[in-house]
Amino acid sequence: MIEELSLQDSFLEQIDPRVKLIIVFLFSIVMAASYRFATLITALFICSIILLIGKVPLKEIFKRLIPVNTLIILLWLILPFSVKGDPVFLMGPFTATKAGVIYTAQISIKSNAIILMLIAVIASTRIFTIGHALHKLGVPTKLVQLFLFTFRYIHVIYREYLRLLNAMKIRGFEPRTNLHTYKTFAYLVGMLLVKSSDRAKRVHDAMLCRGFNGQFYSLNNFSITKKDLFILFSMISFIIFLGVIEWA
Amino acid sequence: MHISEGILSPGILVAGAALTAAGVIIGLKKTDAEDIPSVGIMSAAFFVASLIHVPIGPSSVHLILNGLLGLLLGWKSFPAILTGLLLQALLFQFGGITSLGVNTFNMAFPAIACFYLFGWCIKGNRNRVLFICGSFASGFLAVSFSAILVALSLYLTGEEFLPTAKLILLAHIPVMLIEGGLTAVCALFLKRVKPELLEGEANAS
Repeated sequence: MIEELSLQDSFLEQIDPRVKLIIVFLFSIVMAASYRFATLITALFICSIILLIGKVPLKEIFKRLIPVNTLIILLWLILPFSVKGDPVFLMGPFTATKAGVIYTAQISIKSNAIILMLIAVIASTRIFTIGHALHKLGVPTKLVQLFLFTFRYIHVIYREYLRLLNAMKIRGFEPRTNLHTYKTFAYLVGMLLVKSSDRAKRVHDAMLCRGFNGQFYSLNNFSITKKDLFILFSMISFIIFLGVIEWA
Repeated sequence: MHISEGILSPGILVAGAALTAAGVIIGLKKTDAEDIPSVGIMSAAFFVASLIHVPIGPSSVHLILNGLLGLLLGWKSFPAILTGLLLQALLFQFGGITSLGVNTFNMAFPAIACFYLFGWCIKGNRNRVLFICGSFASGFLAVSFSAILVALSLYLTGEEFLPTAKLILLAHIPVMLIEGGLTAVCALFLKRVKPELLEGEANAS
């Protein structure tokens, strides 16, 4: 359920994670502010190429595009009809406008392009590596530690949750729309919090015993190679190019 | 409750990011080094809780529980929700980088509002009715307030989002009731089983 996708033999994997984070950050910002089709389609095209060269499995890409696109389908059902402009087609009592259709199309391409770039990065970087890279990029130590702790414990607590759920099922629990169900779920969440906080205490004690001094050490040291610099500069010039198409 | 990438206008995104940055800085100031494991584990617990789907009629909704999180963590909810949402973006692509600020603010601000409004109801030995009302209200209002903020951020992006915004508010009415009830029962459970969790924030701040 909660898993990372990590590719072993992709060129994306070898790029310095800091470089990848800077690129995805700048790219997302420029895309969020862009509305011209020329910009959006160029960006979508380049993202697809990067994913193809990076040998990211198509199945994974599609699976990860589902959440964004369910929302986009919802927008397609509403937005074309709520923007004012020239009518294009009728659906019952509702009129779709040209401006509405264009606006929704812009949003669809934009969202997908941003998510594709995000997939290219996370598909090739472990969450722990992302945490350390964020630290190197100047994100506050406490926030990075919180990020790493949370990620580590999501798995543990999720397993705990499945265990509790199994115990409930064994006792014949079946979720329905009634008070009993809601009460049971409330107790489930309560128990999850109690167990988690007990565990937090034990973990912290164990860490103190092992000499934890508020510092996380990473085994892989990042080093920027010439290839990384090349990728950084070419991608930044590409992002600037996108900006030029949009605003020039 | 997430707004995904590419929908909101740049102005809203910048405003959300700035407000979230301020909230996270305050939250981190109030977090000591010793608190980090427990805040991290709480934030993970709420991440898992958000994967729990509760049936409602033929459909189901997932829990949000930002009201409960606010009661338990206070200002630390800001960094906790930020990391939770960042992980959701990285692991499942719910939301993304540019909308992270707005989404965090939309969930964390109501959490803190409930902490200040109702936090006192659940501390110490208050009477039972007050306890139940306070915890129900914080679960109910945190979700209502979040839904209003989400609707507002869409509406401020453009008037054409008005129908979508209304739909979001409407869809969240049953969620508000469920969240209120769940928060109340869950808080009662915690008071019986592990009351120090509810008191924690009072000693810390």
